[in-house]
Amino acid sequence: MIAKPHFAFFDEGSKKEIRRATLKAVAIPGYQVPFASREMPIARGWGTGGLQLTLSLIGRNDVLKVIDQGADESVNAVSIKKLVQHTTGVSVTEKTQEADIIQSRHRIPEKALKEDQILVLQVPNPEPLRKVDAREYMTKRMHAEDDYSGAWLLLFEQIMKFGRMSTGASHPVYVNGRYVMTPSPIPRFDNPKMHQSKGLILLGAGREKKIFAVPPYTSVESLAFDDYPFTVESFEGKACKLCGSTDVFLDEIIDPDTGERTHQCNDTSYCMEQLNSEEKVEVENSYV
Amino acid sequence: MGYVAVKGGTEAIEASLDRLKYDRLKEAEVVEINTVLATMRHLVDQVMSEASLYAPFLAALAIKQARGSMEEAVFLLRAHRSTLPRHYYSETVDTEDMFVERRVSASFKDIPGGQLLGSTNDYAHRLLDFDLVKESKEENQNWLRTYHERMKADHPDKDLQFFPKVVDYLRAEGLFERYPLDDTPPNDITKESIQFPTGRSERLQVLTRGQTGAVTSLGYASLRGYGQVHPTIGEVRVGSVPIHVQHPYEEDSEQDDSFYIGDVQLTEVESFVPVTVKNNNQKEELEFEIGYGISFGQNETKAIAMSILDQCLQKPHGEFPTHDEEFVLLHIDSVESTGFISHLKLPHYVTFQSELDSVRQVKKGGESNDS
Amino acid sequence: MYEKPILQVKHLQKQFGEGCPHCFDKESVYLEKNYCTVCGTVHAVRDVSFDLYPGEVLGIVGESGSGKSTMLQGLYFDSSMTSGAVYINQSELTGQNVLSLSSQQKRYIRNYIYGMVYQNPVDGLKMKFSSIGNIAEKMIAAGNRNVSNIEKRSKELLENVHIPLRRMKEEPQYFSGGMQQRVQIAKALSNNPPILFLDEVTTGLDLSVQASVLDLIKQIQRELHISMVVVSHDLAVIRMLADRSIVMLNGEVIENGLTDQILEDPQHEYTQQLVYSLL
Ligand SMILES: Nc1ncnc2c1ncn2[C@@H]1O[C@H](COP(=O)(O)OP(=O)(O)OP(=O)(O)O)[C@@H](O)[C@H]1O
Ligand SMILES: [Mg+2]
Ligand SMILES: [Zn+2]
Repeated sequence: MIAKPHFAFFDEGSKKEIRRATLKAVAIPGYQVPFASREMPIARGWGTGGLQLTLSLIGRNDVLKVIDQGADESVNAVSIKKLVQHTTGVSVTEKTQEADIIQSRHRIPEKALKEDQILVLQVPNPEPLRKVDAREYMTKRMHAEDDYSGAWLLLFEQIMKFGRMSTGASHPVYVNGRYVMTPSPIPRFDNPKMHQSKGLILLGAGREKKIFAVPPYTSVESLAFDDYPFTVESFEGKACKLCGSTDVFLDEIIDPDTGERTHQCNDTSYCMEQLNSEEKVEVENSYV
Repeated sequence: MGYVAVKGGTEAIEASLDRLKYDRLKEAEVVEINTVLATMRHLVDQVMSEASLYAPFLAALAIKQARGSMEEAVFLLRAHRSTLPRHYYSETVDTEDMFVERRVSASFKDIPGGQLLGSTNDYAHRLLDFDLVKESKEENQNWLRTYHERMKADHPDKDLQFFPKVVDYLRAEGLFERYPLDDTPPNDITKESIQFPTGRSERLQVLTRGQTGAVTSLGYASLRGYGQVHPTIGEVRVGSVPIHVQHPYEEDSEQDDSFYIGDVQLTEVESFVPVTVKNNNQKEELEFEIGYGISFGQNETKAIAMSILDQCLQKPHGEFPTHDEEFVLLHIDSVESTGFISHLKLPHYVTFQSELDSVRQVKKGGESNDS
Repeated sequence: MYEKPILQVKHLQKQFGEGCPHCFDKESVYLEKNYCTVCGTVHAVRDVSFDLYPGEVLGIVGESGSGKSTMLQGLYFDSSMTSGAVYINQSELTGQNVLSLSSQQKRYIRNYIYGMVYQNPVDGLKMKFSSIGNIAEKMIAAGNRNVSNIEKRSKELLENVHIPLRRMKEEPQYFSGGMQQRVQIAKALSNNPPILFLDEVTTGLDLSVQASVLDLIKQIQRELHISMVVVSHDLAVIRMLADRSIVMLNGEVIENGLTDQILEDPQHEYTQQLVYSLL
């Protein structure tokens, strides 16, 4: 009755099935490959898609980094890290460049991926056309027939209504000039990082049971009209109050006492490193 | 932003887990798994049914660990299920061979084999029984002894009674169309995600795993008018059936050579739904179709609701969500719906920051555009 | 006429139902109009053939249920036909029965070659999108990715169909039936399609709106030389718009010729009735 846990949670048959779907996803960039998503020890919507990818890929010598909303120490990132470590014994890191597999929710690290790295993104809603049609049967057809006028029309309507595209995170992208894909809800700021990325990017949606991929050196273009170009979040005139970085995605912090608004790097490990290279003092304290 | 402690996640989780354990232990009571199994059988049944894993002991353990939270217990059992390699499919189960504990038909007063009320809450008055506050084990024993003696007196011969299916009786009368047996192996939805339009085997699997409340509500909605299926229950039967598997390496072995691996208790429902069909002369005629419901354990309400939804999905109808397979099948799973609802508790500040930026840009643009 | 037809329709056939030996023959006694009393099949379109020449307006008239809409929807690929062939005289499509093309190729034809105005605006418009978005949809589908370009063209079209530009961002669900029809027309014209199908565009509109929609169609034809198939059960509308006409009854073509000639000297009994009731 007392079962000894398998390496990386799954039985080997399950891992193989997930890897087969992953290979197919890599072979057809941007195409959502259905897979028999397993129930995991963490809840649907909490990263089970990403977790299944990570567990199906990880080997004993791999080094893992997990981030949630840019932070390594965010509770859910810790929880996922704990689970993977518990079932595999792999070592973990916070340094982007040291990791073999980086599992992330809602962010791509500021430091560019290297060729031997895999970024695993957790995806709640894999279907970029869901607002065009609620039915999977219909959206699947649209992808098959390369019929994306609905996606464009939604953007056009935004421009008509608001004078600009008003997408927040998960602004849709064209992958390899064929499939329209949601980049998972990463901020628009991170969309360009997918383009010609040196590392493999895998996206997993556990609840919706889809795996898709951006292979290394693949073209990823954010949907935009000729005269209404794609724009990323603007942090003009703002800098991280800790490390001073300007060309990064910043969190807005409101001082509860003074009401003053300041900014700091969303990617905590990046910030830490910038700080380390400047001065090694104060680092730990500044985040408390 | 005190909300997401950027540092200290590890400590926070440890502390939270300790608190969880504390809450379970603080009253200094220990519930034995066997107590759950022996006294909370309906809970165990519901957990097994929604988890789609027939394992009473593990379900009871899950209930204990989850401190009685249904969604949590189902979740635990489902996650455990993921770790189990699946080597065999059982032989087809013939529910006509069920060892029937209870069996009623709403369609006929006299059904062959008769009605067997068995154990049910249906006719128990729902009055809180304050005697249960202080139960005496001794009195219980006495009651049981008398009960056994009475049973022996009423049913001296231990002959097994065979209960033919009500539907066969009607079929013989020509009230149902006879379909040839369809022996296509079902698509295992746990091995391949369902694709739309679905086949019936996929629909039945999703429905039987569905959250009891969700399946009941949608079945009820159809009954009330948000759907077009209003059935009469041909038969509800509850009982256990034996499960056999074939020898894995002797594919052609005879049925008799297959291995008996245990019993499962099931609730099975066959609902009769009147439908209009065109006969050969283009005249509309009334016929019956069968809505099928099945569930691990004794889960009658869910199984009946399932039989309604089964028929609803057999006849797609644009107007009613209860007849829309994507609407029904993609929203009734306990693990999926509770997971996604609860994920809203996760921090979303990156996506929110991104939306905020869009709203600010639109506002800025609006000021300069409007003239 | 010496020109080659831009659209050739050959032996188009559409039935709802399996058909049976009793309704195979058009003259069968088991047929009640287009309905087979034995097997219940509806023969909505039966062996319809016609040619459409560049720049001409072809009228299709016939009583309710005679198969006009079914035929147009088949030509526009909304529903598949039981049998028959359709040829479009455009270089990349010559010699190909367009009914048997892939759905991607069919979409190309819908986006670049055809325009359609449905009898029921609900079929032709996204009622919850802005009117300008509705017109844009077709240009977007045809690959236009320039907003100001799309906006400019949409405004032109809206002005053409007399929809005030201040209402262009409103959703057609809040428009009157006549306005919805005019948005549909603007949408159908957005990509300058060489072929336009119009299904009962004036039915149900009050007389003054009817007149303005008819004027609009005549103006479009005069200025843009678009070839049109105009369907109506109203002979007066056909008389006003169409050079040549086809009369349909129970899914079949029963008369075919110059509109004036049909009106002056109707041959078929049904057409005679129709014409006399008009007088
Ligand atoms: N889906 C369907 N199933 C069965 N019969 C159909 C279907 N759609 C249309 N029909 C039948 O096909 C025939 C032709 O219908 P259609 O709508 O083409 O007529 P119509 O000439 O456009 O009439 P109206 O002038 O009223 O618009 C009718 O008898 C109709 O009942
Ligand atoms: Mg019509
Ligand atoms: Zn910083």
